[in-house]
Amino acid sequence: MFAATVPDAVTFAVCAVVVLSGAIGVIASRNAVHAALSLVMTLFGVAVLFIEQHAYFLAAVQVIVYAGAIVVLFLFVIMFLGVDRREDIDAEPLKGQRPLALVLVAVSLVGVLTLAATSNWVTGAHRVVGSLSSGHHTDTYLLGKSIFTTYLWAFEITAALLVIAVVGAVVLARRPSRVHDTVVEPGDAGPVGPGTPDAGVPERAEVSR
Amino acid sequence: MTRGATPTVHAQLAQLAHLAQLDALTTHGDPLFSHGVGLFVWVVVLIKVLVAFIVLLTSVMLMIWFERKLISDMQSRIGPNRAGPWGLLQTLADGTKLFFKEDLLPARADRFVFKLAPYLSLVPALLIFTVVPVGGFVTIAGHRFELQVADPTIGILVVLAMSSIAVYGVMLAGWSSGSKYPLLGSVRASAQMISYEAALGITIVTVVIVTGSLSTRAIVESQSAAFWDWNIIRLGIVPFVLFLTAITAELTRPPFDLTEAEQELVGGFHTEYSSIRFALFFLAEFMNVITMSAVVVTLFLGGPDGPVPHLPTFDVWFPSVWFVAKVFCFLFLYVWLRAALPRLRYDQLMTLGWKYLIPLSLGWLLAVAGFMVDGWWGAGVVAGALVVTGLLIRAFAIGKARGEHQPLLAPVGARAVHAVHAVHAVPPGSAVGEGDGEAD
Repeated sequence: MFAATVPDAVTFAVCAVVVLSGAIGVIASRNAVHAALSLVMTLFGVAVLFIEQHAYFLAAVQVIVYAGAIVVLFLFVIMFLGVDRREDIDAEPLKGQRPLALVLVAVSLVGVLTLAATSNWVTGAHRVVGSLSSGHHTDTYLLGKSIFTTYLWAFEITAALLVIAVVGAVVLARRPSRVHDTVVEPGDAGPVGPGTPDAGVPERAEVSR
Repeated sequence: MTRGATPTVHAQLAQLAHLAQLDALTTHGDPLFSHGVGLFVWVVVLIKVLVAFIVLLTSVMLMIWFERKLISDMQSRIGPNRAGPWGLLQTLADGTKLFFKEDLLPARADRFVFKLAPYLSLVPALLIFTVVPVGGFVTIAGHRFELQVADPTIGILVVLAMSSIAVYGVMLAGWSSGSKYPLLGSVRASAQMISYEAALGITIVTVVIVTGSLSTRAIVESQSAAFWDWNIIRLGIVPFVLFLTAITAELTRPPFDLTEAEQELVGGFHTEYSSIRFALFFLAEFMNVITMSAVVVTLFLGGPDGPVPHLPTFDVWFPSVWFVAKVFCFLFLYVWLRAALPRLRYDQLMTLGWKYLIPLSLGWLLAVAGFMVDGWWGAGVVAGALVVTGLLIRAFAIGKARGEHQPLLAPVGARAVHAVHAVHAVPPGSAVGEGDGEAD
């Protein structure tokens, strides 16, 4: 599996450059949309590296879920909140934040690398389902089997967590139907929820940016 | 006792045989690569890519001509008839014209993203077609290969991945234009595409669980036994209808073309585009129509499956004829829909996607999964789904009855009525009040 052929090495090198330049782009771009696009680039590079490791299903999921859904949501938020302008990031609200960040990054990097070199930090095993290239089952089969048998509990808990998050988001985002019980009169120009002067106007102002 | 046991044993054996068959399906790929990668393999792959590219571009050209001509017939007009016989070269003429037009870059545009967006639209459209099986197997010089550019084990997921990347093209085009109507168009488009992608994905899962493989070739082969093994019949007609609706919305074709509603948004997300970049968007749009029709044919109509006459040398290529014929039916359908149906309102679009398509596709998926296990499981799932549906309908009715007394946001028509009331309420002759009323 580690006997790298020339195409393997070239693919890896190209992907490494793509992933790293994307990662640098995420933190170096001043425009939030450009940063999000750099993130897509990184995710794509990682997807190709997954294919390189014969993890085809993971590669597809990486593109569908991360590049296709999550970053699109990022972009939605960026566009609607209007933070897509260049911002002055020289101002430092927290004193001594940068050296502290550097130390923390160094510590976590060493930790992650140590864990990656010794064992899987979740399961304590190097690999969970065995080599992908040796058996005659596809990676999708192996992944599905281990998710729905050995790791079913973790899988179901994660699903429940996501459902709770969605319900929580809906509850938080829901406009309170009526704070004080007043009857809407025919001449009342505001058929919108109370508390907001007119829900139509700020929305329009945001969109037109 | 024994009489009761025998059918179960038979059922178990049948199930085992089915599983073995699934196993066989999951482990194959293009036989071209089974003997290593030599020069011949390289050449074949290169030819496949080139042929697919050229055929796709040509068919886009013909599709644009076909759509204009057919919709003219449906509207009692003549349509393009000057360039070439029957106006066949009209698209070529238009393309050439666009190519030589001035390439405008809006002053407020984000230059890099503005230039990038058309390619983000076009490339996914091209890549989706690579996983579609367009024919059977061909043997040339001792090498047997599939008539399909690529047959990855994750086949159908590539379609999903690429269609989720295509959202970027539309979204970024609208945003980077730095202008109002494109942004509105692109927000509509991306919200619509994301909403319908869920139903699209769930219906694909329905197909995948009866096939037992993600490979498009395996999906096609599992339908090839007989006509009634096509997924459109095997799964019941509902997933097919759901999928067709969802991809029509994904393609932003009429009646779901709110993203470029001319009456409201000028041209939608590509309003600010001109010259070759506009042509790229146009190309991507029509290419997506063709590739998505091909995906429907692959998933539900057996792809290149069909009766093959015993003719020497021709019978190998006959499945491709079936494939093209089936795709053509869908292309016709899309033009027909455009001519026949009015555009949906935005709230209708979202209601259809979230309240009908997603629950229905999810329920159907569960029912199919139940029947895959056992008839009783299937019946149980269907019964449970019906009960849940009944409860939900009741809950919605209660919620609606409660909501009518406390309107959160009245419909647009009702708001206009209120505005009229407001105008009438101000003393006559007050110009300010009338101006406000009109602005609302």
